[in-house]
Amino acid sequence: MKLNLKIWRQKDAKSKGQMITYPLNGVDGDMSFLEMLDILNEDLVNKGEEPVEFDHDCREGICGTCSLQINGEPHGPDRLVTTCQLHMRKFNDGDTIIIEPFRAKAFPVIKDLVVDRSSFDRIQQAGGFISVNTSGNTVDANAIPIEKHVADKAMDAATCIGCGACVAACKNASAMLFTSAKVSQFALLPQGQVEAADRVQHMVRQMDLEGFGNCTNTGACEVECPKGISLENIARMNREYLSANIKG
Amino acid sequence: MGGLIKSSIARKVAMALSGFFLVFFLLFHCTVNMTSVFSADIYNQFSHFLGTNFVVQALMQPILVFGIVFHFVMGFILEIQNRRSRGVKYVQYKGSANASWVSRNMLISGAVILAFFGLHFYDFFIPELVHKYVESHPEDPTRYFPELLHKFENPVRIGLYVVSFVLLAMHLWHGFASAFQSMGVNNKYTPGIKKFSKAFALVVPAAFIFIALFHHLNGH
Repeated sequence: MKLNLKIWRQKDAKSKGQMITYPLNGVDGDMSFLEMLDILNEDLVNKGEEPVEFDHDCREGICGTCSLQINGEPHGPDRLVTTCQLHMRKFNDGDTIIIEPFRAKAFPVIKDLVVDRSSFDRIQQAGGFISVNTSGNTVDANAIPIEKHVADKAMDAATCIGCGACVAACKNASAMLFTSAKVSQFALLPQGQVEAADRVQHMVRQMDLEGFGNCTNTGACEVECPKGISLENIARMNREYLSANIKG
Repeated sequence: MGGLIKSSIARKVAMALSGFFLVFFLLFHCTVNMTSVFSADIYNQFSHFLGTNFVVQALMQPILVFGIVFHFVMGFILEIQNRRSRGVKYVQYKGSANASWVSRNMLISGAVILAFFGLHFYDFFIPELVHKYVESHPEDPTRYFPELLHKFENPVRIGLYVVSFVLLAMHLWHGFASAFQSMGVNNKYTPGIKKFSKAFALVVPAAFIFIALFHHLNGH
């Protein structure tokens, strides 16, 4: 397969970037998207050029490290997959593929296709945890009976890998789906009840401080989320937030 | 509570609540206007009551104007904030792949509705104020229906009316159901709520268009 790649190149966070075109031959349909970029980088290194920087780690859709806006969609045209799980068979011989970093004021570009997503870490640190006494008499979590459908919903929310596709897809660069998933995974469980009000207030405040946009319920985040996180979580976070503030 | 006022979720809820208020007003307005199709007398009675009742004029009308202004101003403020949140724009952004046109362009439909409000105020609200408070005409409970027919004579006005209500339908198509989500309602009733809100988004603007066309065609 022969491709025409248009890739965002940016020297560092302060430099002004631009799209550079790279023709690439010998791409196999069974390659992953990141393997295709590896081949491009080998070519570039062999030519003595600077390789394209991009984020990756587990390469099996678990870690949430890979990103990339591919032909106008986060993680590309396939559904429920991350960029590392996207196969080149989704593209055709002769295609032009536009590859950009995730764009948001709260996700500044570090270099080329690598963005700083530490804003998500700060939201998580603001309240995405439960406080447990680990001094030797910790209660086994499985000793607390939890209804199956509730446990399933909490697990579904907890599958968010924090990749940032929701922010990248949203026309407002809103982080509501990510934050709501992190709020929901605790709010649904008895262990999360003690700190529920503080958690949602602190996490939403941090989300707003980071400069993410406002949710307008377009649903783009849910469609593009590689883990299928539901909009139901955003509604739950809205309820939790209103309830926490009304109760004071 | 200070944090609540500044938060993005509170702004969403404020948009939803003002939206619900305007939806109920639309239904009420449509019901009153529909009486003009069946009976000039009933339409005149309704209009005279609304135009002269102290509670409606001194309390409900200012609340309505506040609700309209609030919804528009807050909508524009949120749009500006949202555009700033993107920072550098994408070279290619395929919004149609994951969200409907109406949900992504509430500002466009909202701006057209705002322009229609300008026309509507020029046509009805300002002349009403002039009639009552500047020219100080004596009360005439039969004047409303002929005034309505007169306004619907101009085909250009009818065209603007139809376009505006098509855009209103699009605004409601996303906005009405979206307001429930903003209020935290997403449960087993959500599919029914979506069907109801979409039916509302079609039926109410269509009724307004029908009333305008009915009087335009029957008035000549």
